[in-house]
Amino acid sequence: MTESHVIPHEHQHEPLSYRFLTLIWVGLMVLTAITVAVSEINLGEWNIVLAMAVASAKASLVIFFFMHLKYENWLIKGMVLTAFVILAIAIGLTFVDVGLRY
Amino acid sequence: MNEPGPMAEHTATAPPPAEATGPVHHKDYHASKMGMWLFLFTEILLFGGLFLLYASYRAKFPEAFHAGGRTLDVFLGGLNTVVLITSSLTVALSITALRRGELVRCLWLLAFTVACAGGFMVNKTIEWTAKFHHGLIPGSEHMAALPHGQSVFYGLYFAMTGLHGVHVIIGASVLAWVMLLIKQGKVTAEDYVVLENAGLYWHIVDLVWIYLFPLFYLIS
Amino acid sequence: MDQTDDRTKNTGGWGFMEPVGKGGIATWIFSTDHKRIGLLYMSLILTMFAAATIMGLILKLKLMTPGSTLLTPQQYNAMFTLHGVIMIFMVVIPSIPASFGNIFLPLHIGANDVSFPRLNNFSWWLYVIGACLALASIFTGDGPPDTGWTFYVPFSERTTTNVSLAVIAVFILGFSSILTGLNFITTVHRLRAPGMTWRKLPLFVWSLYATGWIQVLATPILGITALLIFAERVLHLGLFDATKGGDPLLYQHLFWIYSHPAVYIMILPAMGVISEIIPVFARKPIFGYNMIAFSSLAIAFAGSLVWAHHMFTSGMSDTAVLVFSFLTFIVAIPSAIKVFNWLSTLYKGSISLDPPLLFALGFIFMFSIGGLTGLVLGSAGTDIHVHDTYFVVAHFHYVIFGGTGLGMFAAMHYWFPKVFGRMYDHGKAAWSFWLILLGMNVLYFPMFIMGLQGMPRRYYDYLPQYAPLQMVSTWGSWILAAGLILMFWNLYKGSRFGPLATQNPWGGATLEWTLPTPLPHEAFHGDPIAPEPYDYKGIHPDE
Repeated sequence: MTESHVIPHEHQHEPLSYRFLTLIWVGLMVLTAITVAVSEINLGEWNIVLAMAVASAKASLVIFFFMHLKYENWLIKGMVLTAFVILAIAIGLTFVDVGLRY
Repeated sequence: MNEPGPMAEHTATAPPPAEATGPVHHKDYHASKMGMWLFLFTEILLFGGLFLLYASYRAKFPEAFHAGGRTLDVFLGGLNTVVLITSSLTVALSITALRRGELVRCLWLLAFTVACAGGFMVNKTIEWTAKFHHGLIPGSEHMAALPHGQSVFYGLYFAMTGLHGVHVIIGASVLAWVMLLIKQGKVTAEDYVVLENAGLYWHIVDLVWIYLFPLFYLIS
Repeated sequence: MDQTDDRTKNTGGWGFMEPVGKGGIATWIFSTDHKRIGLLYMSLILTMFAAATIMGLILKLKLMTPGSTLLTPQQYNAMFTLHGVIMIFMVVIPSIPASFGNIFLPLHIGANDVSFPRLNNFSWWLYVIGACLALASIFTGDGPPDTGWTFYVPFSERTTTNVSLAVIAVFILGFSSILTGLNFITTVHRLRAPGMTWRKLPLFVWSLYATGWIQVLATPILGITALLIFAERVLHLGLFDATKGGDPLLYQHLFWIYSHPAVYIMILPAMGVISEIIPVFARKPIFGYNMIAFSSLAIAFAGSLVWAHHMFTSGMSDTAVLVFSFLTFIVAIPSAIKVFNWLSTLYKGSISLDPPLLFALGFIFMFSIGGLTGLVLGSAGTDIHVHDTYFVVAHFHYVIFGGTGLGMFAAMHYWFPKVFGRMYDHGKAAWSFWLILLGMNVLYFPMFIMGLQGMPRRYYDYLPQYAPLQMVSTWGSWILAAGLILMFWNLYKGSRFGPLATQNPWGGATLEWTLPTPLPHEAFHGDPIAPEPYDYKGIHPDE
């Protein structure tokens, strides 16, 4: 048994390079600029859809790369998916009431 | 609210009595990481409840929400978005730095992250103070007299950005504490899960804001 | 599969309860030993159970005759609120997981502790703090909350009673539950002994694993709901206030999105206990292991889809009423599967009617009645008639008390000899079981009838037509109380002064029965061999 959280070298993921992480940051900045720009244009119902799509794209970059989820095993990925599915169900089923009543 | 065990947990028990000579318990990197993700799910669901309210009330008061969004400063909101995303970058960089043994760089990156958190809170204070000056204080007569949709909009605004702000403070405090642990040599290039987990927490704080920003500031 | 050695001879010691180092209370309350933490939880849970049971008895006493003024209306409202808050958050939700789960989950998977022992101790302290705050709400300010444990708006926002303190207590107690679930999930993934595949896990472990997921994913919604009640009261945000555009139904949605899955937190571990006990006392492997394991996960998932069946008459959309009613019928299926599987395990088994099995059979009986009446409630049409009546009260007491309660008592009779090293009197245990079973049915069955006849719940007083059944019901509460007193006295006496228990009194095949009695500080020296948990070939009960 090991005395610390030390992982044997062959099991470690390489740390993401400074360059790669900065590229992700650039992507996030671009997406932020896009979402602010698009919000200036009146697209009616589509504004919120696009805003959420861009936000989800940004969120994906953060989750998969900054939070390293892309490199985790399927167990962790499955757990993350489960959490989001449960949240989606909670909001979605609430809308079976709220969406038809408001 | 304390940070949970996954941050710095090892499974040592009370010293065993004389007759037991069993194995010393080990630290488990994967358990720490899994535990942290499980804890993050609770944060996602906690804010999720508020997003549920937002979605419902937005469906109920679409015009009021549009009008409310227009009273929020897109520049300040956008600036805060940039600040948080950048802080996410720097905390991710700090992990790479630590793992490469670049301790000084790691600590500077973390310090910058914490500074970003401070900057975010300064911005937030400016925004909120501006709202207060307009009489938009939770519980005030002015707010109580607002049309329903606006009242709900600002109620949600304060609730969601307020809870988020609390988490910014918590996250920054945790990161500052981890900086101390690194300085003390308790978090190292070989044993870095505590920093990773603190980083994960910080990214969730960023994630929540990534959704808050368009939902409150960009809906006009 | 014998792993016995000299350690297993029971010489009347106290095992893990023997002093550590110089001993003292700090070695208990700051202990990171999962067994000690389990007992710490158990002692507080049973204390809270006693307090809330006394409140229940007082409520029944008040309701014995119409027009009784034993309690003032305010006291009555506060008492049923406290009874519910304490029972739900401080007794039933932690009951089996925090006590027996803590002690036996690691042992079942061949581990010497959970993944995060210090977090485990911290969880207990959160329970302590939450309980203290909840109790403080009784004695300060305008007195204990009078809203019912459901804290519905708008009354919970406006009442001057200690709702704010109570919801903070609930928030903290929720945190305790979350961290326990987090700990258990990680433990099951990370600390299984070599050879302990998922298919070899005892079903108790499967049930705790599924429960852990509900604890982690559902409880935060309770957290935000509690915070919002606090914010409404203190900051007047108006998010649920109809005069400010808020929708009170959204409170109900948020509340029940947690509180319905919460009932599965309550029942799944009890079902896990029953799945352990039935095969041992039928000397037969459990029927349909895969289905029972799968059904635990299915119940956890399906239970997250049905919450608004608590809201059929609230004014939500008709479509929602239909959808949630339909979904509710689905969640009944995996529960029914378990009942069929337990009965199939008993069929042609070699039955020993020892106390653990008596309580397990009682569980099946009570849970079946409670579950079937749940279908009456889940069917929207019939629910219109019985919503907010005594029918509901009877239903949930059958499933929670007759279900989880008897499951907890079954676990106590099954595992206490292992924990305390001494055996209780089987005859008195059987008597206590029958008294409890009789008492429960005399207490709660009339409530089904009264509910169908229109008696509303939480009412301070009632029309004379309900008087006969109300009186019968109150007598039932006394029979039940007598049974409980006998049971706890018998267990206490047995645990302190009973004959020394053997290593495997019941002939179980799971790993805890390979350990010394009473359980030692450290369970496994090295990795144990993962057994087939329900294979009794070569294993004989010592009793």
